[in-house]
Amino acid sequence: MFDRIGKALSGTGHRIIDRIWRFGSAARMFVYVLLSSADSFKRIRIVTKEIYSTGVLSLVIILVSAFFVGMVLALQGYNTLQKYGSSEAIGVLVALALVRELGPVVTALLFAGRAGTAITAEIGLMKTTEQLSAMEMMAVSPISRVIAPRFWAGVISMPILAALFSMVGILGGYLVAVPIIGVDSGAFWSQMQANVDFRDDIVNGIIKSVVFGVACSMIALFEGYDAPPTAEGVSRATTRTVVNSSLAVLGLDFILTSFMIHT
Amino acid sequence: MSDNIVEINDLSFGYNGRLIHKGINMVFPRGKVIAIMGGSGSGKTTLLRLIGGQLRPVEGKVTVDNEIVHEQSRDGIYRLRRKMGMLFQFGALFTDLSVFENVAFPIREHTNLPESMIRDFVLLKLNAVGLRGAHNLMPTELSGGMSRRVALARAVALDPAIIMYDEPFAGLDPISMGVICNLIRRLNDALGATSIVVTHDVHEMFSIADYVYFVSDGRVVAEGTPQELKNSTAPFVHQFVHGEADGPVPFHYPAPDFKSELFRGYDV
Amino acid sequence: MERTTMDLWVGIFAALGAAAILGLAMKVGNLTSSSIGETYTVTAAFENVGSLKPKAPVKSAGVVVGRVDKIQFDPKTYEALVTLKVDKRYPFPKDTFASIYTAGLLGEQYIGLEAGGDESNLKNGDKIKHTQDAVVLEKMISQFLYNKASDTKPSESTDTK
Repeated sequence: MFDRIGKALSGTGHRIIDRIWRFGSAARMFVYVLLSSADSFKRIRIVTKEIYSTGVLSLVIILVSAFFVGMVLALQGYNTLQKYGSSEAIGVLVALALVRELGPVVTALLFAGRAGTAITAEIGLMKTTEQLSAMEMMAVSPISRVIAPRFWAGVISMPILAALFSMVGILGGYLVAVPIIGVDSGAFWSQMQANVDFRDDIVNGIIKSVVFGVACSMIALFEGYDAPPTAEGVSRATTRTVVNSSLAVLGLDFILTSFMIHT
Repeated sequence: MSDNIVEINDLSFGYNGRLIHKGINMVFPRGKVIAIMGGSGSGKTTLLRLIGGQLRPVEGKVTVDNEIVHEQSRDGIYRLRRKMGMLFQFGALFTDLSVFENVAFPIREHTNLPESMIRDFVLLKLNAVGLRGAHNLMPTELSGGMSRRVALARAVALDPAIIMYDEPFAGLDPISMGVICNLIRRLNDALGATSIVVTHDVHEMFSIADYVYFVSDGRVVAEGTPQELKNSTAPFVHQFVHGEADGPVPFHYPAPDFKSELFRGYDV
Repeated sequence: MERTTMDLWVGIFAALGAAAILGLAMKVGNLTSSSIGETYTVTAAFENVGSLKPKAPVKSAGVVVGRVDKIQFDPKTYEALVTLKVDKRYPFPKDTFASIYTAGLLGEQYIGLEAGGDESNLKNGDKIKHTQDAVVLEKMISQFLYNKASDTKPSESTDTK
């Protein structure tokens, strides 16, 4: 009995220590990535290529999701707002929800699922097939040649995707609110403009998405780089990327929001 | 001293206290093709990584071109590695780059040559391995033997002084095997390099090697020219060279007595 | 060949992103509407500002003419000192009346300016003398009940100075 409890406790302890260990290695890798970033910016071509595969290829899923999210927001918002006779405020509701929260957060979650897993699997496979080792033996640092360009591509792509998400979501909301529900188009935009602040809402949203970009890219890269070089190892690393990225995004979102709402 | 481009002295290495190598001594004279042979899991590949500075020895040292590898800084190790080329077990070609770009990779990374010169270099190297016509293909379109040859062209792209081969024959058909085998010797002599080949394919290797080390259980158990080893009466060498199932290397993984295990029942 | 199409896509991607941010700033946000270029600062003291917040609009005749910059408490007079930034294009006379209104029944509060008849205009750093406090619902109700109870007493007018 005690034996079993002891075993369970030590198992938990080991897992916690392992987590802390991995977090430490991830932090160390983050520093290496930052230190070798100058190198990868000299060869902007590589970064461009990675922006293509992380950013451009994520466009479709981001835009389609944004459109639907915006339409749903408008429908739900209208349903509640009309009870209080303020259905013109639907524009404000859609815009604030998207710009402050849903734009950055949903984009980051989709990014983790679409681009993050691709990055993890790619790096993990490069490790499994000894491509990273080969690179090292050719006296080329995989951190500056493979990891850093992908990191910066993610950090650059994320705010762009989030801004597009918000914009397209608002258009989706407009399409539902104005032609379908029949809210006045002028009221829709003017109420929005009167209540969405550039600094407090839009810039803060962009700051959030940059932070999420750092977190998601770093997690995806670390999980791939740290994956055991087997098929099972890579598949588990891919799962961990999605789980850890999602948790990190939601946790960071709370922290960032609590800093941003100060009035 | 300077006759040997690589020297391994009293080298011990292991993970978590379990030693894989226990005091290995080897020398690799310039211009020779030297084979390191041994059973699967005897740490042959690890030896190559120790020479390349990817791992640190627990004890002893590896000297490359009169410099002790594990005492080098990161930049020092990178400087040493530029004298080396390595062929990985399955080629380790960059799957997102074409054959041409794979071979061009080390040239692009380490030199500032104009594009036309890079092109000439790459085609020259690809021609040497007989795959100039395949330069537009992607690595996924190549057969195992072909990708091994492309990887070889990439390994020698910068004319290294040391070429290391990690199981170059693994999983190849006899024809490809013969091709790679010839290439190892030809490239070595053409470049004036030193080749270190890790393998367990006795017949191919004995036909081209100048000197052979046998490694087993973390130690060098036999060494000599192929001719000497063929005539060796040492039991391990005899078993290995003639491919016998049982001998000094047992067929069974260490296990308790079979009879007692069968009758042990379920009381555990 | 493939590289140039890829570069093209990345270029389009970046341009779309820039357009989206610009669109958010101009069409969705208040970067255009709140870009009150040159402003002058005036202050106004209130006994009670209710739930007025910094950045709340300052309106005159329903048009936004400025924003509330900051709200401080004056420990000498025990009043709230509100700093307003008003657009330079809109000069107001010295005896302008500033009151705190509520947009709708439960909406946010804003400051309304009603111009007086003075010849000279408010300058930077001036203080608006005539103010009217925010209506506090509880106060109003208790006052109403109080008035009902003693109809003889003259009803107290809302506080003006």
